[in-house]
Amino acid sequence: MALRVPISWLRDFVDVPLAPQELAERLTLAGLEVESINAIGAQWDPQKIVVGHITAIAPHPDADRLCLCTVDYGAAAPLTVVTGAPNLTALLGRGLPATPLKAPFAMVGAELIDGHAADGRTLKLKAGNIRGVRSEGMVCSEKELGLSEDHEGILLLPPDAPTGMPLNEYLGDHVLEFDIKGGFAHLLCVHGVAREAAALLGTPLRSDVWRVGGQHGHTRSPTPPFMALEIADPQRCLRFTATLVQGVRIGPSPFWMQQRLVRAGMRPINAVVDVTNYVMLELGQPLHAFDFSSLRGEQGGGRPLIRVRCAHPGEGITTLDGVQRPLDEQMLLITDGGGAVGIAGIMGGLESEVTERTTDVLIECASFEFLSIRRTSQLLKLRTEAGDRFGKRLDPERCAAAGMRAAYLIHDICGGTVHPVQGDVYPRPLAPQAITLPLDFVHHLLGVPIPRTDVVRILEALEFRVEGEDPLRVTPPLHRLDIGIPADLVEEIGRIYGYDRMAPTLIEDALPNQRRNMRLDGTERVRDLLTGCGLDEIITYSMIALEDEARLHPERQAVAPEDYVALRNPLATERGHMRRRLLAGALGTARDNLRFLPRVRMFEVGRVFQPRAGAVLPDEPLRLCAVMAGLRQPASWHSGRDETPMDFFDIKGVAETLLDGLSLGAIEWRPGEQAAYHPGRCAQVSVGDTPLGAVGELHPRVAQAFGLGAHPVCALEFDLEALLVLWQDGHQMTPIFPHPPVYEDLAFIVDAALSAGDVQRLIAQTGRPLVTDVRLFDLYQDSRLGEGRKSLAFALTYQSLERTLTDQDVAKVRARIVKRLEHELHAQLRA
Amino acid sequence: MLEELSQLQQDGLRELQAMAGSAELPVWYRTYLGRKGRLTDVLRGLGKLSADERPEAGKRGNEVKQVLEEAFLRRQDEIREAELQASMHSGAVDVTLPGRPVAPGHLHLSIRTLRKIRAIFAEMGFQVYDSPEIDTDENNFELLNIPPYHPARDMWDTFWVNDQVVLRTHTSPGQIRCMREYHPQPIRVILPGKCYRYEQITPRSEHQFFQVEGLAVGHHIRLTDLIGTMSEFARKMYGAERRMRIRSSYFPFTEPSIEVDMDCILCRGAGCRVCKHTGWLEVAGAGMVHPVVLRNGGYDAEEWSGFAFGMGVERPAMLQHGIEDIRYFYNNDLRFLQQF
Repeated sequence: MALRVPISWLRDFVDVPLAPQELAERLTLAGLEVESINAIGAQWDPQKIVVGHITAIAPHPDADRLCLCTVDYGAAAPLTVVTGAPNLTALLGRGLPATPLKAPFAMVGAELIDGHAADGRTLKLKAGNIRGVRSEGMVCSEKELGLSEDHEGILLLPPDAPTGMPLNEYLGDHVLEFDIKGGFAHLLCVHGVAREAAALLGTPLRSDVWRVGGQHGHTRSPTPPFMALEIADPQRCLRFTATLVQGVRIGPSPFWMQQRLVRAGMRPINAVVDVTNYVMLELGQPLHAFDFSSLRGEQGGGRPLIRVRCAHPGEGITTLDGVQRPLDEQMLLITDGGGAVGIAGIMGGLESEVTERTTDVLIECASFEFLSIRRTSQLLKLRTEAGDRFGKRLDPERCAAAGMRAAYLIHDICGGTVHPVQGDVYPRPLAPQAITLPLDFVHHLLGVPIPRTDVVRILEALEFRVEGEDPLRVTPPLHRLDIGIPADLVEEIGRIYGYDRMAPTLIEDALPNQRRNMRLDGTERVRDLLTGCGLDEIITYSMIALEDEARLHPERQAVAPEDYVALRNPLATERGHMRRRLLAGALGTARDNLRFLPRVRMFEVGRVFQPRAGAVLPDEPLRLCAVMAGLRQPASWHSGRDETPMDFFDIKGVAETLLDGLSLGAIEWRPGEQAAYHPGRCAQVSVGDTPLGAVGELHPRVAQAFGLGAHPVCALEFDLEALLVLWQDGHQMTPIFPHPPVYEDLAFIVDAALSAGDVQRLIAQTGRPLVTDVRLFDLYQDSRLGEGRKSLAFALTYQSLERTLTDQDVAKVRARIVKRLEHELHAQLRA
Repeated sequence: MLEELSQLQQDGLRELQAMAGSAELPVWYRTYLGRKGRLTDVLRGLGKLSADERPEAGKRGNEVKQVLEEAFLRRQDEIREAELQASMHSGAVDVTLPGRPVAPGHLHLSIRTLRKIRAIFAEMGFQVYDSPEIDTDENNFELLNIPPYHPARDMWDTFWVNDQVVLRTHTSPGQIRCMREYHPQPIRVILPGKCYRYEQITPRSEHQFFQVEGLAVGHHIRLTDLIGTMSEFARKMYGAERRMRIRSSYFPFTEPSIEVDMDCILCRGAGCRVCKHTGWLEVAGAGMVHPVVLRNGGYDAEEWSGFAFGMGVERPAMLQHGIEDIRYFYNNDLRFLQQF
């Protein structure tokens, strides 16, 4: 959560002997991350921008909307400036106010922000004539000083602002902008940051603001004389205090308070609202101010009543923002005798709002169970500063003190009297639990021995109570609801001591058993083999559109949604389901790339998601998909313009190289059918009984459905799980022949329906062991060969480990092959 | 005969000199010095000479032979050298023409980066542990000390499958799975994998990304071990000159929690746009495994301690390669992927 803390405000509670940057660095290292430092007034030239005293205002002789101000700025003679500021021209005829009128005064040569420009550009002030009157400087608006966007009038300073003092000395400040992570409500206020700073710097913390009630002799009672208080749901409402200030006159809050609020990021509204915000920023406790006279009693009459309870069925409320909100029965309300006056801890209702006419103010300062507040805030989608703070587990202890602090600020600003009794219903006061902390636990967990004196000093600076020698008995302060176990204390010690002071070590424990991860190794091998084949790896989104899945069917058959893992809150409808196949994503990627490139060759390795009946979690098998489309050759001046597109055999070559590189054993290629593929150009690939998947050209209609019409689109889809089970990474070397081989070509005329693979297998089988390689090098069909016949030409390699083969050796084997092919396949050897 | 020999020598030398190319060299040799060549021919006449003429003629014959042999070798060298020079001259190419294209494949940049990270941790004994991308709310949050509606849940915007099942928002649920599988053995693993967060896709945020989680559990694992391991990693990944900064942080599943920063690799700590003018870049979030998490994993928190860390994968790659838009990673524009 973001928090802005002006250092001038921090100084109310702690002396800061460091430059703002150094303080920010220290706080950041201790866990209060300062995201930026806003230097207010750093750009104000101390010689040229000072506090000015407007000693006279006179009408401009030539313009109704302008006036002449005589400004004393500490020099011997005052200067005259011309201004059109409405809040000064309004004084014409009425005369100056009773107290000195002070304003920022910029002399000629000062650098200011251009009040009339929207882009924040600066300009250098020049002397000039405005409608015939010489103006020797300027009284400034907030915008011109870079304080806000306000350019409506001149920024009026308090009457006691010292005339002539450089403005950056008077108003300059540094605002630390924090990003406070986690549920640390106690850090979300100026005093909380001051406590940390004091602990880090070893300087004392001033905490008088917490004791305002005691100083004025107030008492607390669950039954104050002015109203009835009731907590109907003590699980959700931990404490409720009500502080009454009577007879106030509500106007704007004072200059210093407004300045602090603005620097902390809040807009001043009126004195009472500003005080509640001010105390929230200062002490971390959200407060709500009611117009006391609007609170109703039981049955609409009698003493006012406040009851904290959950909403009734069907109950709703109109909140301060004017929105009518339906509630459920676990949402906590603040109600009076007439009904709901606010959603507890989140936002007040419209009816009991404090206005300028309010004379009696009731300050609610309460504490709620944080998860209940968060639940309500999330379900109502209503986020407020108060709700965010209550949602971070704020302790109930601070309620009474914060209420008193607010009451006396209102009293100081608006007059009136604070009722001597503070209403306070606190069913189960917090009981601090001591934690036993052995010093060697600190040592063992951090790795450095921190001396006992440092441990005690740090804990005490953070307001922990420390007793005992070793182990220590440590009692956390009541505002540290986040502390419950010794490790929590170690963190406090470590971060204030400084992690940067701890010398790094390496693990001394024995190395755990190392085991080989075959799945990972296998997957990486597949990646290497495929990139070795010239394919690029892609990683597509796991979330897909069911429509794209339907496109994988040539008839666009809709897929069954129950086959897919669906998201309850998808980013967009086209990302509503988890993929159960990689192909659609790869095809989309191919299409996008072919707009820019003449060829794509790519693969993806990734998980797909398959719901399992009766199981909470889906299956997540690993899959491999490759897609190749476009020109076979990369364009080059060497080969000229080769427009041949890739086809089935290009992707088959990749598949063969992959499978060969994995040494899975004998691979079987069979004509296969797969809806997404071209029925005549698809192979089912398997090893023994294990099917691996499909390799083929896409069905032209499917290709078209993905916008990939121009070329054949080749695809491969393998079940990587099946493949990894088979992969042993144990390829056994085949012998390297020492003697020169004999090469021979044999061409056979066979029935056209016969597959080349079958012929090749029979040759290889028959030729064993001397035939070591059989490779098809020509396929030829011609009517001269006879109707329904084709010629297959094979290059055979004959080799022996023992000797150089003779013509007779080869002739014998050849004869055997020819005879077997004639006999079994009715093949005929071509001359 | 002496005259004949002189004539022979003269002819031989002249023809040798006039020779145009190396193809004529063997012809010349056969003609003059071969077994049936002119010198042999002339010397065959020695027998017809008188005994007192014969020695001189013989001597002269040997001289001529020697002169021609030497001249031949010299000329042969000359011609071959000239021809070599000529062939090199005519064989010169325009070296500015492009080479024959090689079309290598490329690993995805995320995988390449993951491999680097994995290799560094492997040297320190961290092995890879795999866990599912879709997991239970229990593993992703509750067992990591993040109950429902807990403020810490704000740190992760979550994709929900149903009330019990989420797309993992971080690799941390793998910690629980790993501990439950390995206990009571010590652990030293990294858990790399894809994670998902409910975020709009912008130049700076993706709804799908990779993370690497690390987990060490043992009897004497210390925070300084964590700091040491992270420094070692950062220096191997980003350069030995890196300076580290450790600051306190908050994660519900670690206690104490820290953030590991290093000086910005672009501006070396001076402050720039990439490090948001702080001079520091975040390397990892980390901490000592929270006792509740240890117990949920099956380890007695009195006996065991552990550290855990988590880091992004795309971010380091973006830093190292000057990539300013994370969307390039999963757009799969090959013109991007092929650069790495």
